[in-house]
This record gives sequence, C-alpha cells and structure tokens, in this order.
Amino acid sequence: MNQIKFYQKGTFTVGNRLVAEEERTTQASPARSNSLTCGHRACQGCGEALGARYAVDAAMRAADGQLIAVNATGCLEVFTTPYPETSWQIPWMHSLFGNAPAVATGVAAAMRVKGRTEVRTIAQGGDGGTTDIGFGCLSGMFERNDDVLYICYDNQAYMNTGVQRSSATPPAARTATTPPVGDKPGNVFGTGKNVPLIAMAHNIPYVATASVADLRDLEAKVTKAMAIHGARYIQIFVPCPLGWGSVAHDTVRLARLGVESGLYPLFEAENGAVTSSTKIRRRVPVEDYLLLQRRFAHLFKKGKPVDDRVARLQAMADENIRRFNLLAPEE
Amino acid sequence: MKPFAITLDVGSSLANHTGSWRTVKPVYVDRLPPCNHACPAGENIQAWLYRAEAGDYEAAWRELVKNNPMPAVMGRVCYHPCERACNRKGIDEAVGINSVERFLGDEALRRGWAFDKPATASGKKVLVVGSGPSGLSAAYHLASQGHKVTIFEAGLAAGGMMRFGIPKYRLPREVLDAEIQRILSLGIELRLNAKVTDIRETMTSGGFDAAFLAVGAHRARHAEIPAGDAAHVLDAVSVLRSMEGVEKPMLGRRVVVYGGGNTAIDVARTAKRLGASDAIIVYRRTREKMPAHDFEVEEALQEGVMIKWLSTITEADQSSITVEKMVLDDKGFPQPTGKFETIEADSLVLALGQEVDLSLLDNVPGLELENGTVRVDANMMTGYPGIFAGGDMVPSDRTVTIAVGHGKKAARNIDAWLHGVEFETKKAPLAEFERLNPWYYGDAPKTVRPMLDIIRRQSSFDEVQGGLDEGNALYEARRCLSCGNCFECDNCYGVCPDNAITKLGEGARFAIKYDYCKGCGICATECPCGAIDMVAEEI
Amino acid sequence: MLKQIEGSQAMAEAIALCRPEVVCAYPITPQTHIVEGLGALVKSGRLKTCEYINVESEFAALSVAIGASAAGARAYTATASQGLLFMAEAVYNASGLGLPIVMTLGNRAIGAPINIWNDHSDAMSMRDSGWIQLFAETNQEAVDLHIQAFRLAERLSLPVMVCVDGFILTHAVERVDIPDQETVDAFLPPYEPVQVLDPKEPVSLGAMVGPEAFTEVRYLEHHKQMRALEIIPELSAEFKGIFGRESGGLVRSYRTEDAETIVVAMGSVVGTIKDVVDERRAQGDRIGVVSICSFRPFPQEQLREALAGASRVVVLEKALAVGMGGILAGQVQMALGGHGPKVYTLIAGLGGRPILKTSLSAFLDKVVADPHLDVHFLDLKHDVVERELERAAHLRRSGPTAENVLKQLGTVMSSPV
Repeated sequence: MNQIKFYQKGTFTVGNRLVAEEERTTQASPARSNSLTCGHRACQGCGEALGARYAVDAAMRAADGQLIAVNATGCLEVFTTPYPETSWQIPWMHSLFGNAPAVATGVAAAMRVKGRTEVRTIAQGGDGGTTDIGFGCLSGMFERNDDVLYICYDNQAYMNTGVQRSSATPPAARTATTPPVGDKPGNVFGTGKNVPLIAMAHNIPYVATASVADLRDLEAKVTKAMAIHGARYIQIFVPCPLGWGSVAHDTVRLARLGVESGLYPLFEAENGAVTSSTKIRRRVPVEDYLLLQRRFAHLFKKGKPVDDRVARLQAMADENIRRFNLLAPEE
Repeated sequence: MKPFAITLDVGSSLANHTGSWRTVKPVYVDRLPPCNHACPAGENIQAWLYRAEAGDYEAAWRELVKNNPMPAVMGRVCYHPCERACNRKGIDEAVGINSVERFLGDEALRRGWAFDKPATASGKKVLVVGSGPSGLSAAYHLASQGHKVTIFEAGLAAGGMMRFGIPKYRLPREVLDAEIQRILSLGIELRLNAKVTDIRETMTSGGFDAAFLAVGAHRARHAEIPAGDAAHVLDAVSVLRSMEGVEKPMLGRRVVVYGGGNTAIDVARTAKRLGASDAIIVYRRTREKMPAHDFEVEEALQEGVMIKWLSTITEADQSSITVEKMVLDDKGFPQPTGKFETIEADSLVLALGQEVDLSLLDNVPGLELENGTVRVDANMMTGYPGIFAGGDMVPSDRTVTIAVGHGKKAARNIDAWLHGVEFETKKAPLAEFERLNPWYYGDAPKTVRPMLDIIRRQSSFDEVQGGLDEGNALYEARRCLSCGNCFECDNCYGVCPDNAITKLGEGARFAIKYDYCKGCGICATECPCGAIDMVAEEI
Repeated sequence: MLKQIEGSQAMAEAIALCRPEVVCAYPITPQTHIVEGLGALVKSGRLKTCEYINVESEFAALSVAIGASAAGARAYTATASQGLLFMAEAVYNASGLGLPIVMTLGNRAIGAPINIWNDHSDAMSMRDSGWIQLFAETNQEAVDLHIQAFRLAERLSLPVMVCVDGFILTHAVERVDIPDQETVDAFLPPYEPVQVLDPKEPVSLGAMVGPEAFTEVRYLEHHKQMRALEIIPELSAEFKGIFGRESGGLVRSYRTEDAETIVVAMGSVVGTIKDVVDERRAQGDRIGVVSICSFRPFPQEQLREALAGASRVVVLEKALAVGMGGILAGQVQMALGGHGPKVYTLIAGLGGRPILKTSLSAFLDKVVADPHLDVHFLDLKHDVVERELERAAHLRRSGPTAENVLKQLGTVMSSPV
C-alpha cells in the first residue's frame, strides 16, 4: 500500500478525494478564503483574476488569515474595486500605479512597529506596474530586504489601458503600440528584461516564477515564500484573452503551453541562486502556444511561419530550457 | 468613520451579478465511458473503478455485480474489449480493468460477500435452460428481481462451457464453483442431468411463466479428412470435456491440433500439460489471420506449442498426418500449392468450431432459425412469446462475457414482459478521448500481472496468470480516467476565475453559481474527464 | 528647554517628541538635516518604536508613509523642491485617501535652472493637492507647528505640510525652546485612525470612483479643510495654554492698527518685514504686516478682517505664477472680493535672492508714489534682462538663458558662442 506514491487522478488536479486532505491544494478546500470573490468585473476567462485568487488564498492560508494586500493600479485594481463594490475580502489597499512595493513597505513597517508580527504584507501588480513604472520602488524594497512578498501577475502588456507594450511583452507580439505592420511587425526582438533574474541580483531570500496552469507549483511557491521573512518576489504567468486575442476558455491551456514550450520557465531561487526548476512534462513546439493567439497571428500564414521569427522564438525557448534545466533527466 | 466612496466594505461585489454577461453556460453531464460502452456484459466499469480506487472494494464489487454476478470468472476469462476501448491508451496504456475485476472477484470470495436477497417475491416462475454463463447470468438477475427460477442443466455440473470448454489453468474450478454457488444461494433451483427435449412441454408441466434458453455450443463441427481406420482422430470439445472427468483423454506423445481458434490453443496447451512432447497446431492461414487471441497464442508458444502456418491437413494415419502448404491469394484466402509434408502424430484433434443442439425447439411455432441459431428480437425474445434465448444459441460472437450480457438483458426484458411493460434503457453520449484533458493524469504505466513460471506451466494445470495484490489493484484502479463522469478532482472549483462554483462536499459534486458565472468555459476545458458541457444560453 | 540649535535639528527633536512610528528618509537639500537628525535619534535609541526607512526616492518616501499611515502608524517624511514634484502623484494620493501624514517641506526653488536656495515655488506647486499647508515664521514656530500639525492631521484625517524656508530656517542656528516629552504627550494623544488596514476588520481602501461620486468625494475633502479654519485657531489657543507661547493660527497681524499700508507675506521673511515696519513706523509711516500661517486652508475671512482698515496691501511673495504674476496676491485679492484696498504684487526672494530691508523700503516708497504699479520684481537686474532680450532678438540659436545671464554676470567663464 505504501508504495503508491502518485495518484493518477490527483497528481496534477486541483484536489481529488483520493489525496490526503493536507496534500490537496488550498483551492480544493471549501474553506479557502476566496480573497477575491464573485462579482468582480474582470473579462471572461481572466488569468489575472484566477492567479490573484490562487496566490492570495495561498498566502492567506500560510498567514493564517493575517494578511494585508497592497495593489498597484491596473486591471486587478480596477476590476475588483469600482465604487461602490469591492471583491476583496481581506484588508486591501490601492494607492498608485508605481508605488505598490513602497506602500507595502510602509504597511510592513507599521505592523512591525506596532508589534503585530503575525500580520504579513503582500504587494501585487501587473507587469507594467512591476517591471516598468513600479520598478524603482520594487528594487528599493528588495534592496532593503523589507518584509514584503511582491506578486507580479504577468500578462505581458498594459492590458488595463488597452493592450500597450510593456517591458515584459515578448518579441513579435502585437500590441496597440507595436502593431503588426511594416517590415518589423509586432514587438521588437530586444534584449529583454527578466525581472526575476534582476530580483535575484538583489540577493533577496526568495524569487520564483509560477503559472496559473500549475496550481500545486504556484501554491507551493507562495507557501514557501510566506515562510520566509524579507523581500520576496513571485511572478505569475497569467494569460489575458483580451490582450492576447485568445478564446476565454483557453486561459489555463495557454499558460500550460507557455510553460511546456519553454517560453516561460518556472524556477525558484534563494539568496541569488537558482535552486530548482519545474520540469516540462510534455514538451511542445512554440507553434502550439503561438497559434492560439491573435497577437502572434502575423507570424503565420495558413499555419506556417512566414519568416524566421518563429524559429527565433523557438531558439529563445530552447535557450530557456538549457539555461534553467527544464527537462527531466532521461530515465 | 470610513471615508465615503474611497473605502469599501469587503465582499460587497456580491451585489454585482456578472452572470448576465454569459452567452454560454457550463452544465455538468455524465457521459458513457468507452469501457462501459464496449463491455458485452454492460458493466458500469467506470463506476466500480471509482469505488475501487477509493479502496472501498466491497462497494466496488457491489457496483460491479449489479451487472455481472461472476467477477472472479470474468477477471480470468473475459477478453476485455473494455481495455481495447479504454481512452487511457491515448496517454500510455489501457487501464488493467480485467485484473482489477479479478481482484474484486477474488476479494469477494475470500471475504464471503453475498448478494442481497430480493426484497419481495414476484410470484412468477421462470425456467432457465442451461447453466452456462448466459443461463447463470439470467438466473441471477431474475432471482434478484424476485422471480422463482429453476435451471435445467443437461450435464453433470453447472457452468456450461466455463467448465467444459475452458481449461483449469485459465479458470480454476474452485473459483467457478464458488461463484456459481453464490448465484444459486439466491434461492435458485438447479436440476442437473435434466436435458430439456421439448421446451413447451417442460414449461407447461413446470408451470413456468417464461423461459430463457441458454444452451451452449457443445457439438463439435467436423471436417471431412481422409483417415485410416487406425488413425486416432478426436474433437476438441470432447477432449476438453473429458478433462473434467475421471479419465483423462489419451492423446499420445505427438499431438496435432487442427484449427486456429482459442479452442485449438486450449487443446494444444492441455496436451502439453498432459505430457505430450510435441503439440502442433496446424492452421491454414497466417498468424495475423488467426482468430485466437494473440496473448493466448503467445502463451502457447512460450509453453512450447508449435504452430504450422499456411497448412491444411489432407490425410491422417495411425502415426502421421499429411499437410499441404498453402499460400494466401490477393484477397487473403489460402490457396493450395501442391506441396506436401508429413508430420509424425499419435493423435489428431479437430478444433474447427462448435454448434448448438436446437432440438428442444422442434415443437415451437413461430421461430426463425439462422445458421444453427435462433433469432431473437431486440429484447432477446424469440418468435414465440415468453420464450427468450441468448448465449451461443443466438446469432452473435460466442464469449463468456457476451453470454453474461445476454443473460442480463434477457432477464430485464423477461421481468418487464412478466409485468406487461417494456424495458427501457437510455444511453448517454459517448465520452470520447477528444473531450478529455489528459494533462491532469499522471504518467502511470499499466501493471503487469504475474505469470506462473514456465516449468510449472508445462507440467501442471495450475493457473497461469496470477492476480494483483491490493496495492497493485488500487494502483491500477486509480489509472482510470473516469471518462465523462465527474470524479471530484476539484478542477472546476479551482480554475473558475469568478469563484462561481460551489463545492458541495464529497460524493455531492459541485454546483455552478449562475448569478456569477460569466461563461468563460475554463471549467469545461480544464475538466480532465470531459464531464462539463458548454450549452448556449437562450437570450 | 532652551537650546542654541540649528533649525533642522530643532525640528528633528520636535518631530521625535511627536512619537512618529514610521519615518521615511530621502536626502534633498535643504531638508536633509531634519531626517538626518531623526535617523540619529532612532539609531541611538532615543526615539524608540520608530521604523526609520531609507528609501530610494521621494516618491517612495511618501508612498511608504502612505502605507504606514493606512496601516495605522503615525508617519512622517520630509522633502523639498524637486523632491516634492517627484512625489507629486503621491501627494495628491495621500490627501485623497485622507491619510494624516505630516511632511516637512524645506522650501526651495524649482528648476530648471537647478537652484538649491529658498523660495516658495515648491509649496505653491502643491497648493491644490488637498494638503493643509502651514508656514513657519521662525525656528521656534517651525518646532511648534510640527507638534500642532500631527494633532491637526489626525483630528481631520488629512495630511499636513509644514513649510519652512530652506536655509533661512533649516540651517540657521538660533535659540529655540524644545518642549519636554510630557508636555507634548499632553497635547498630542496617540494616533487613533478613522480607518485602518487590519485583518480584524478588513476594508478595501482606495477604490476607483467614477463620475457618480467623485464630486462628492472632493466636496467632502474641501469641507474638511473648511473645518480646519475653525480647528487651527483652537489648536493654536490650546497650544498656547499648554506651552505658553503664540504659534500657528491662521493669520497674525503686526502693528496693523490704523495702518494705511499692510504688507502680506508668509514664512521667515515676515521677520524682515517686521523690522522694516518698525523702522518706517518710527518715521511715521502707518504700516503693518499680516503673516499668513495657514495657506491651505486659505483664511479668506480672517484675512479680510485683518486688512479691513488698510488703503493699500502689498503682497510679498516668494513664488511666481509665470505668465500671470503673483499667486498669493491673487488669493488675497479674491479674499478682499475686489473691494477695499489696492493690492500690489511684489515678487521677491526667488531662488534665494536676499530680501533686503532697503530694497523693500524703497519699494514701499515707490508704491506710495505710483499707485498704478503692476507686478513688481524686487531687485530685478534690468540691465541684464534687457541685454539678454536684445541678444535673443538677434540670434536664433541664443542658447540657454540661465547660462547667458550667468555669463553676463561673470559667474561662468565665457566660452566661444
């Protein structure tokens, strides 16, 4: 009996009656906090709404309900708290677009000075609020090692303002400010801005990337992050049907394909060094991921790449796989 | 005092019913899993695996025997078409349904689980002719429905072809006996040595309200082979039947078996176990064309049985047979080549097919016969009202499992007929592989059942294939994908971005909060087993 | 306790006596000595239960204070000039959220051209941000205003900016009475927030408000500041009762009884003006000065009363609404409602230019002589301006004005054009 390690029906699902209660995800629990509850105004199939509930519920469980969340301006803020209704069920605050890490530092400082050490602080924002406009404050929070878990919901563009390019937008992607016209359509093939790696360069105790397609991995990372004090950073891959031009029901699927293609590596780092990576289970070519999104439609004609850009994206995926050691060793 | 407008009370968005955005809505469904669909006995395999994987073996067994009263037999002799249909093949290998069934069957025998007695008696009497798989199955279901059942069996013991056609090394007799006895314990009367010669006469004299005919194909089909007087020519049915008697058949050291079906294999393997040095199967076509199941051919070859492909027997003598080599024509039919070969043989066993003795129907009007079988309608009733038939007697493939299925179906229709109603059954649409999201199933290769070592296989009638232990059975049960039926994985509850699903608790599944569901469809896409349909809203 | 002390150090000590729980520090001249002083107090353990956070920008400084304040901590920061502009977004946010943060503004000019010296351009840039803005005349008042500011901010749940003139106050060593802890505690009870981020009673703070309620939110903010017009004098009176000296309030008049001319000004320059008033009174001029302590809320009624008897009002201000003229003068005029005395605008002290008694007195003479005088720039170097205008008129690529002016003045080495 004891040798049964894996539950064929429960290994990768949210819950499963066959799995011991304590091994199920937070999301499987009827008692989950639903930090972000019904009635919010996110688009159908919003990956960020999903990722936020996943992450904050996990943080709530880890903090035993003693949690305060700070939110940068962006979709998550707008769709959850338009007067007169809020979807949050936890103490939550929105100040500005670019200052969420600093506001969270203030909250954490207040809790520390008041001796409320049981109360934990998180900050959250989209990729624009994190990797662009909030980057200075983020770096400051990291460098001081303030006791804040910062969660970036990365949907790879400024979605709230109508899908404009951010520094997290992948090469070739169509956005409102990188239209698919001219001889270099879509976003440039730049050098990229890998904020998890930048976070690691601060030697903060914990950095991780996660995706809404791998809930167990995501919750494990949030839980681990919450067990640590100091500055922590988790970046969660959250597809956006509106911005990506994908169908609403493909949100989790796209997150999965992004990871399984190698374009979105999932890894953890402690004190500046990568400590683990989530292995790709069923590797797919980048086309499988790209073809489901209209933002990449200009790369293909009748399902075939029009030029070498798909190959260049594949090369990026291959490089991620090599760099983060994303393939399980051959048995 | 909270500042006006900029500070809000938590959870107040519940007032905003986003369900009005929806154009399609998710609906939970139960679809027909392909295993259930393929099972000739109509077992609800997904349902009993669902119990088994939770470790509740008795509940699993009780779910199983709703449709089939002989899981221990099935787990040994069924050719498991369920596994050929299993969707898990699309991921790795089919679930070992048959081995879990055997585990449950053996567990039931070991623990002495009994069938539930019928709550009330119907007052009706039903005659069952034949105690093979079909007759026993019908008797079981009829008795469970409260009818008084009497089985007339021509032979010395119950079991039909299960006893007289299947060798012990595939089906130990204590297993067969125990499962038969458990059926009879429902209050069924079994009359042995009671050959029915005139069905209408037997029904009238016994006061039966209906009858189910389940006579097996016990008569060997013969081929005209020139044979000398001294030639030792036998038929497979007799050889296998005599294995149940005191005197074992005398086959000699060199045995040739003629035919390509499972029976030919059974005889050759039996001959090997009786001490034959050579057991040679002669078959006129190729291995690919052979009707015998591949795994049985493989096991026979392992045990030293030899097979001469593309060969027909043209003559048999006292110590040899003559074989002509054949070639397949472009249509796949064997054609003679004129090249001959002589094989040393002490005996020749013909395994060329079997027929049913239909003489008990001679005086029944309104019947339609077809190739030595009797036609039945969709309700398993013959052209004569009140007389039903199944198993080898009706046009169909002949396997134990099909026979069991016939028995069940006939019993349900007999019950309806006795009550003057129609038996109705509704089948859900099939749960195709394309509806699944296989990502969520872990990699778990099939468990291989242990096999008896080769020396003992060649020298004894001990059971060749072993069963699973509990750990293995549990593992195997958990490989089930639960196609088309919610197994409470919590995925829908988890993946809803709108928190619009309520978890109702174990066994109660989930409910959708349509006030908030925006109809994105992630739940349906991410349901591993395809148990959610997206249905257009009426707008 | 009386001390001979630098203004910044005195303010740091006063702020420490207010028991701030979170202090956010980012250096910018001329406020830096204040946060340095506080840092030393925290490090040395003299100021306990205080988180002193070195942030990466002024934007972060106020943002950290916003978070701390929302979470129920008494929060303080300081800035000046460019720093105030860099945090401008957060300045509006703090007041919009009704967070009682106290911030010292070491008043300084805004570039370009970059300039570290005192004027009121920075404070004026945020005059409509929703913060209460109090101006200190002396280092003693700077100390006292901080103590009152925390009380006022927390009473109304609004942020308060204490404006102190850069260098003139921040870096001047004077005799200041630093109160003791018990006295401050008696005046300033522990912070009791009207709303707080707390898992015990969760709320969502900082909602998005649309056209249906935005006007009301702004009205209520305005209403709070109007209430401050009553509370500020009350606190000033209560402060006097406990500490024994006059500090704060809305406006203060000096020798305005029977005055024909009243000079209106804010901050440390009032001291200079008082000297001028004394000198001119000695010569028989009926002149006085009104000092505005509370610029926001703007005390229109009190000002009208203070200026009631005058026939001319000279508004001396250290800021310029470019393309318009005086900022304070415009508001004084509005307070007077277009009736009564003639209002003169005197722009003075921009970018730290000394406001000389002689120049001021000369201007006052001029006002009497020329009642039609328009906006006047005190001690403007007309020759320099004329030359530059002349040069620019003939040369398309005339180069940056500031550098050319400096060249004219010989401050920068001439280089080939």
